[in-house]
Amino acid sequence: MAILVGLNAIVCVGLNLLVGFAGQVSLGHAGFFGLGAYGSAILAARYGWPPLAALAAATAATGVLAWLIGRPILRLKGHYLAMATLGFGIIVSIVVSNEDRITGGPDGMSVPPLSILGYAIVGERTWYWIVATLLLATVWVALNLIDSPRGRALRALHGSEVAAEAIGIDAARHKLSAFVISALAAAAAGALTAHYAGFITPSKASFLHSIELITMVVFGGMASTLGAVVGAAVLTTLPQFLTVFKEYEMVLLGAVMMLTMIFMPRGLVPTLERALAAARRKPL
Amino acid sequence: MLLRAENLCKRFGGVSALEALDLEIEAGAVHSIIGPNGAGKTTLLNVLCGIYRPEEGRVRVQEKSMVGRAPHEFAAAGIGRTFQNLQIFFNMSALENVMAGRWLHERCSLAAALARLPSLARAERACRIEAEALLAFVGLEAWRDAPSDTLPYGALKRLEIARALAAKPALLLLDEPAAGLNPTETLEIDRLIQRLAASGVTIVLVEHNMKLVMGVSQHVVVLDYGRKLAEGSPDAVRRDPKVIEAYLGAGA
Amino acid sequence: MSAQLLQFLLSGLTVGAIYALVALGFAIIYNASHVINFAQGEFVMIGGMATVSFIDAGLPLPLSIPLAVGVAAVVGLLLEKLAIEPARNASVVTLIIITIGASILLRGLASLVWDKKIHAVPAFSGEAPIALGGATLLPQTVWVLGVAAVVVGLLWWFFNRTLTGSAILAVSHNRLAAQLMGVSVRRVLLVSFGLSAALGALAGILIAPITFTSWDVGVMLGLKGFAAAILGGLGSGPGAVVGGLALGMIESLGAGYLSSAYKDVFAFLIILAALVVLPNGLFGRRAAERV
Repeated sequence: MAILVGLNAIVCVGLNLLVGFAGQVSLGHAGFFGLGAYGSAILAARYGWPPLAALAAATAATGVLAWLIGRPILRLKGHYLAMATLGFGIIVSIVVSNEDRITGGPDGMSVPPLSILGYAIVGERTWYWIVATLLLATVWVALNLIDSPRGRALRALHGSEVAAEAIGIDAARHKLSAFVISALAAAAAGALTAHYAGFITPSKASFLHSIELITMVVFGGMASTLGAVVGAAVLTTLPQFLTVFKEYEMVLLGAVMMLTMIFMPRGLVPTLERALAAARRKPL
Repeated sequence: MLLRAENLCKRFGGVSALEALDLEIEAGAVHSIIGPNGAGKTTLLNVLCGIYRPEEGRVRVQEKSMVGRAPHEFAAAGIGRTFQNLQIFFNMSALENVMAGRWLHERCSLAAALARLPSLARAERACRIEAEALLAFVGLEAWRDAPSDTLPYGALKRLEIARALAAKPALLLLDEPAAGLNPTETLEIDRLIQRLAASGVTIVLVEHNMKLVMGVSQHVVVLDYGRKLAEGSPDAVRRDPKVIEAYLGAGA
Repeated sequence: MSAQLLQFLLSGLTVGAIYALVALGFAIIYNASHVINFAQGEFVMIGGMATVSFIDAGLPLPLSIPLAVGVAAVVGLLLEKLAIEPARNASVVTLIIITIGASILLRGLASLVWDKKIHAVPAFSGEAPIALGGATLLPQTVWVLGVAAVVVGLLWWFFNRTLTGSAILAVSHNRLAAQLMGVSVRRVLLVSFGLSAALGALAGILIAPITFTSWDVGVMLGLKGFAAAILGGLGSGPGAVVGGLALGMIESLGAGYLSSAYKDVFAFLIILAALVVLPNGLFGRRAAERV
């Protein structure tokens, strides 16, 4: 469970850079997740690549694809961009579902375990350490980026694209780099998930999964790296708790999503931060 | 010649916002662009900084043609801009807004950013000090760490100027900096523009406040229906019969 | 024209008419509130499923249909009152998540109130196919096209010729000015949601005899409706209709001539290509940002 949380958190931290900081929208990030997962799975299982090389290649290839499609579609704004990313995600999930000779179709395919230099990585503890380290590394890199001038440039883009251009920020290039970085994070996490679970199905590239990811980011708090991690943690574990309620699971999940967004519109972490800041000022 | 605009034409559908406009901006002076509402003043500024592409004609910055260039390339060529409708980065503090303005002068490689190298920390400190100096220059040092959405309107106008200055522009386009300000705030802006002019920044000012314009400019251009109606020193323009007619109507 | 092509065009028009109705629902809500209601597809589902319930309870079809539309409209009003209004100052992304949560909630409720099986709805006037130029036409198809055309006409009259309709359009153009003119934005929002829900439900009922209905038909239909609304230009009524019909035909031709498995891929690729060329959709207003 903690491992899944960590993997989702890696995707969310990357997605948060794009959505929370650069102010763009993506309703198709599960597409990148799925491409990384299936890419690595296919290279390892069907072509006998060493899993680590498969993972690296799949992630890099997804990054290149993100770079190629990012350039035209990031010219779109708001809901139009949402539609374009949505379309991309659905295209990936349909292709993955239909090319059953390579991908195993709707039933999915099995994935060989990850191995480094011949040593197979199995066992929860080893994976726990790997994912924890990778998550910390991702968070560290994200925080560095945000605190740097490039991070300011991204936030400026979000604040006002026209003013950002007026001070010399190349909006198109920065949006694209945020897009590609978040795609790389999603693809890497996807590939890792596939090797960890030993199995991958098309549902990991579905529209519903894209929605889950964006909900984690918004719920935790946009423009907050901690928020992305918290959001991933809560929304990965919550459905597990809700399965106790069996057939009421969906109703409760939907209700929870709605209520938290109505009463904490900025997301969990920023709302808590404000409450803490307000409490600290109270003694006066 | 710092900036030269030749035969600018900008059309929106059937409406001609700018027609056959020539303009020369000399370094070191304060130029003002005045005219009735709808004369095309903001459109002209938008063309001069690359937000709009003219249908005909071209803009040259320091004799380099800027045809087909994106706004951030205009900025890199030395054009700075403030906006009639505030475009403050409301998701950042006042200081961060000004620090963001320094983008063109930051040397920050992706590697240094991602790995938080010491060179970055030094650069950030220098950036912060310069930004604080600019805030003091425009009189906003008290608001340094305030979230920019808590600043009053007049302060925000000055913040935009500070941000534009952070890019060290050769030419600063000010779009109605005194719009919506009360007399006290207008006086402050007036003094700020004088300080700017004295420090050597070339300014192109679009303003309706005639006292401000006539007091601070060396050169005035009058637009009417997208065409240049008159230009010259403030006194010459003030007495030009065509200008009087356009502003006050014939027979005044 | 070959019989086969005619067949594809007809089925494309039919499903396109459904997409057009769903897309109009998106457009109406977007115009009133700038929110994309991702629960729109669930209204389509409620229309079909509620009709099934009423018929199973013994009510005749001509009564079940308006009742089902009414149920959906009430759900739409409740959604606006309970979920959208309390969050009216939230950011657009937050509102999108709220409507997505609503769609999950509604689907969960549907699986409880009804079940997860596929249900059939009787065709309005029988199943005897009509021959038309070498192609066959289901009577239900005539109903779909006919009702959709009448509805679009009624909507045009409503928005252009009645006071309430004009009020809704006023809010979409300039909320503050409309309020200053005495328009109650809250009432406009309520009407918009109720109307969109009714449209969605009607679409669901019209198509149910042809494609059956179940608790989760709303997801894909909602997405396609959204895609059609975007293709036509968000907020444009004519755009929604043209976008819907275009999407239906592209899908049908793709399924017929290329591959039925990839018809959706084909459709979405076309939409992506169209957006790259026309970033505001076919009829979208290219609003010049005033700086």
